[in-house]
Amino acid sequence: MNEQKETIITVKNLVKKFGNFKANDNLSFEVFKGEIFGFLGANGAGKTTAIKILCGLWAPTSGEINVAGFDIYTQTEQVKKNIGYMSQKFSLYEDITVFENIRLFGGIYGLSRREIAQRATDLMRRLDLEHSRDKLISSLPLGWRQKLAFSVAILHKPKLVFLDEPTGGVDPVTRRKFWDQIYEAADRGITVFVTTHYMDEAEYCDRVSIMVDGRIADLDTPSALKGKYRVKNMNEVFLKIARIKPDEYNKLEPIYKVRKFK
Amino acid sequence: MLPIIFIVPIVQLLILVHAATLEMKNIDMYIVDKDLSSTSRGIVQKFESSPFYHINHHSFSMQDAENELKKGNIDIILHIPYGFESELIKGNDSGLQLLIDAINGTAAGLIQSYTQAVLADYNRNIMLKWTSPVIKEKPLSIEITHSFWYNPELNYQTYMVPGILVLLVTLIGMILTSLNLVREKELGTAEQINVTPIRKYHFITGKLFPFWIIALFELAFGLLIGKLIFDIPIVGNLGLLFLFAAVYLFAILGAGLFFSTLASTQQQVMFINFFFMLLFILMSGLFTPVETMPDWARVINIANPMAYFMRVNRMILLKGSGFYDILPEFVSVSIYALIILSLAVWRYRKTV
Repeated sequence: MNEQKETIITVKNLVKKFGNFKANDNLSFEVFKGEIFGFLGANGAGKTTAIKILCGLWAPTSGEINVAGFDIYTQTEQVKKNIGYMSQKFSLYEDITVFENIRLFGGIYGLSRREIAQRATDLMRRLDLEHSRDKLISSLPLGWRQKLAFSVAILHKPKLVFLDEPTGGVDPVTRRKFWDQIYEAADRGITVFVTTHYMDEAEYCDRVSIMVDGRIADLDTPSALKGKYRVKNMNEVFLKIARIKPDEYNKLEPIYKVRKFK
Repeated sequence: MLPIIFIVPIVQLLILVHAATLEMKNIDMYIVDKDLSSTSRGIVQKFESSPFYHINHHSFSMQDAENELKKGNIDIILHIPYGFESELIKGNDSGLQLLIDAINGTAAGLIQSYTQAVLADYNRNIMLKWTSPVIKEKPLSIEITHSFWYNPELNYQTYMVPGILVLLVTLIGMILTSLNLVREKELGTAEQINVTPIRKYHFITGKLFPFWIIALFELAFGLLIGKLIFDIPIVGNLGLLFLFAAVYLFAILGAGLFFSTLASTQQQVMFINFFFMLLFILMSGLFTPVETMPDWARVINIANPMAYFMRVNRMILLKGSGFYDILPEFVSVSIYALIILSLAVWRYRKTV
């Protein structure tokens, strides 16, 4: 954890309206350099809306937003140069090969041919994908594709990476491995902004914010939150905040319940 | 995808050029000859020997004939009334009746003019035969002879092939472009691209260029087939044709890009494409000449890029028109391309 607490994202009074519906209702928060920031909430709480605004994909209705030192309204393209993004939809081109994808995105971020070749080799060695260099993305299993998509998202060594539900639809083992990759990126000094609705994943974050109905209901470190609500895990923190009654919890899909990893 | 690119032009050319013909070759005629004279037989014979007529019925009942016409089994009834020849010999006016199924107005018009031509020809013959043998020289009349320029044999295929080629190039350019871009939206790769610092015009160039090449290739391939199979004349300069096509395609690809900004699913964009393609095709002059359209339709056609290329393609291929002949169309299409491309680029947003 970076103790200097240099901010990399500053959000003040962010509002995003769709017609009369407020998807983001007056959000204010800061993300510090080097941390893994968990952006939690139920489906439909407004997580994806917020992340898309921070990435410059959607324009906010109002509010002051600064990402990686640039203003989101006037310096959108500067912001984009300094961030990486991986969405819940798998987003590499499936009909071209692993290396071609790396070359495409490397080229878009203005990396030289040499840099691309070098980083591609590194990346494929790290992911153990060397033998799949010239395979079509569509021929790779989902878990690998996701690992690759993440690596491509940080290929240009951004200051900050946004992950929108990166582990949706994969098995727990793959999820765990994916989090190893996130830690690795954080170790290299990349700030990670991750949304998820898996509460167990919240435990891996340095700080988490919990969104309910378009507002940030609480924001702190997982241990502080657990202490505050006097519960044992983040799942129960979430339930307390979202005011779901215990019998409703028992009816929830097992996927929303806590999984313990060693 | 690759086989489709080759198969589509072949199939379109083979089917449409042969099927979408306005020539009347098989006019089904019903003859009601109540006169049964040598003159009336002569008329019937004249039609029987013509390759354009099929005479499948004879009867004396107009009632039967009209029933057949109602059922749609025949196109025309030729009614020769009783006393036709005797009135003619007496020197009185004598009349024939033609009843034509005019559900398809264009076809009916053609049938009428063919039939009248046949009858007029016969009329001249009997006039010569029956006028007094003393006067051997022809009665004074203005003889009109004509020759058709640019398509002397009035070959319908010669007319259709260039038209179908325009259709083909437009289809490929507009539909493939818009579908491809919307597909990226569906897959999520569009979002991934939008979050990168890529320049708008870089992305758009990268997306449009392949389809520009493919469409020009299709044009070349289609021309080759047209030459080999239909032996269409290529009178004009092919370089000029491709220059025009290249500019025209900017307009078409621009339209495709523009449509893709209006839709978020492939279904939606197909619907938009379909709507415009139908308008463009039917108003382009592919089947019906633009000159016969009402004034307001011709005004709408100013916004129809296909109409320009349709005209120019035929002008260059069949007439051998040069650059100055097609200059007005060239300028129009260039302006069109500029407007629609700017509009599309402006509509295409990386941040929504």
